[in-house]
Amino acid sequence: MFEGGIILSKKRAFLFMLPALAFVTVFLIFPAIWAIYIGLTNEALTGIYGLNHQFVWFDNFIKAFKDPWFRSSLQISFKFVFGSLVGQAGLGLLLALLLNNKKGIIKELVSNIVIIAWIIPGVVVAYLWVAFLDKDFGLLNSILEILGFARVNWFHTLPVGVIIIFNTWRGTAFSMLLFMAALQSIPPSYLETADVIGASGWCKLRDIILPLIKPQILTDLILLTLWTFNVFTPFILTKGGPAHMTEILPIYTYRVAFMGTCRIGQGAAISTIILLINLTLALIYLKMLKRK
Amino acid sequence: MMFKQRTNLWNNFWIYLILFTLFLFFVLPMIWLVVAPFSSKASLAVKITLPSLNNFRELFKNKIAMLAFKNSFIISFSSTVIVAITSMLAAYALSRTNFKWRSTLLYALLLFSTVVTGIAAMVPLFVLNLRLGLIDSYLSVIFVFIGGFLPVSIFIIKDFFDAIPKDYEEAAIVAGSTPSQGFFRIILPLSQQGMVVIALYIFMNTWGSFLMPFILLRSVNKYPVSVAIYTFFTQEGLPLLGLLSAYSLLYSLPVIVLYIIINRKFGFGFHGGLKG
Repeated sequence: MFEGGIILSKKRAFLFMLPALAFVTVFLIFPAIWAIYIGLTNEALTGIYGLNHQFVWFDNFIKAFKDPWFRSSLQISFKFVFGSLVGQAGLGLLLALLLNNKKGIIKELVSNIVIIAWIIPGVVVAYLWVAFLDKDFGLLNSILEILGFARVNWFHTLPVGVIIIFNTWRGTAFSMLLFMAALQSIPPSYLETADVIGASGWCKLRDIILPLIKPQILTDLILLTLWTFNVFTPFILTKGGPAHMTEILPIYTYRVAFMGTCRIGQGAAISTIILLINLTLALIYLKMLKRK
Repeated sequence: MMFKQRTNLWNNFWIYLILFTLFLFFVLPMIWLVVAPFSSKASLAVKITLPSLNNFRELFKNKIAMLAFKNSFIISFSSTVIVAITSMLAAYALSRTNFKWRSTLLYALLLFSTVVTGIAAMVPLFVLNLRLGLIDSYLSVIFVFIGGFLPVSIFIIKDFFDAIPKDYEEAAIVAGSTPSQGFFRIILPLSQQGMVVIALYIFMNTWGSFLMPFILLRSVNKYPVSVAIYTFFTQEGLPLLGLLSAYSLLYSLPVIVLYIIINRKFGFGFHGGLKG
């Protein structure tokens, strides 16, 4: 049963894994399971339930689904994820196609700017967009004014659009890098043959490139869905406002659990729902990985 | 022939036009970050004024802002070092032995690290740290980061270890060296690049993180830069924009510098699904 003992004995291997497993068990696995328990209680940070909470079974879940703010946050999250998905995967693929086989200053300039947008801290990105979209001083509105258009208060006219574009701007680099690597793996002879028989760019894309990078596209879409669903940075940009119009599920969870009366039990029930959604997405992803 | 050349030119024109538009989309919001910190009268507008370093002078005088840099560094550095060491040990054990539950363990690690995000676990993590008496201490944030980044780190380092043939160490052991000598003299030097990449990855990710310190820390003098910038903006309002823009630029610099280093040394991109 036990092999490879010449390098590491079983006992030593276990000792090597112990510190990592301890951290992961206490700060990753246990919280997830505990969330389910807390979600079944009426724990709060203040008031009488702060000291001794009671078991309330599925009350919190029923309350959540009856709460119009919960349902609207689910809807906003859905729009936000879908919009970001189209934006990030679309722009990422477009950039990868246009920059593929290009060399020199243009490729360096464009890809570096896209990557920098991805790596600078979320707080900074949020303020860049506060400044960029500001109604009275923002660069975008100044440009629009010069071009003869009226200034727009973007945060009020297109609240969900703003967080989608903000998130697309921030996250496109991942898709771009993934698709660039995928395109590199296509044998050049395939495309050369297509050139010889005179296929148009669109035909090459539809009949050769897209089918060949389909696995990467699927991976990209499922990972982006999971990550975008679990993003908190729009909070820094809009705080969920105006009038809860950008309150995606993570911001709603934060508001329930940590603002006002700090309904920890209710917040944990919503966490459990998020965990279940994540679990579904992760299982799809792992299944795809295995098939590869 | 003529015809073909003309379509090529036409195609190139469209390609560069689209590239230019995309470039504008990504670069325009960034201009403020480069211009406002050096402006003598910073606002939300992009206005070129006489360059001034006043904003940075104000920033260096601000005790909370400077303390936050120290806090960010303490949190990111400790998390990175502990994750690097513990994940290296675990990855070595997982790469070099073949016990009964190995694949189950790997699957569970992958599943939990994908499912249990900071968002999904913010409520239980807060309660856990409350019960452990760790709220408002660096340790709370550091422990949560370690638990969160360990699985990814283990997987990436294990990939590097797997690529090194077992024969190397076995030969060394047969020749009379101890297992630990085999690890330090053969495995570590050969996987150096992987260790550097994973350390930089964790440092960059923890450096910018907002939610966990925002929830787990309470006193202003313990805030990392991300939370400090947020409170500056929401509490003090618009007059401090000069200071804020300088602060944002300084806060972004380490990540950008690390990116340039990685890009120069290893090339930044995905190779077989990994970032490195």
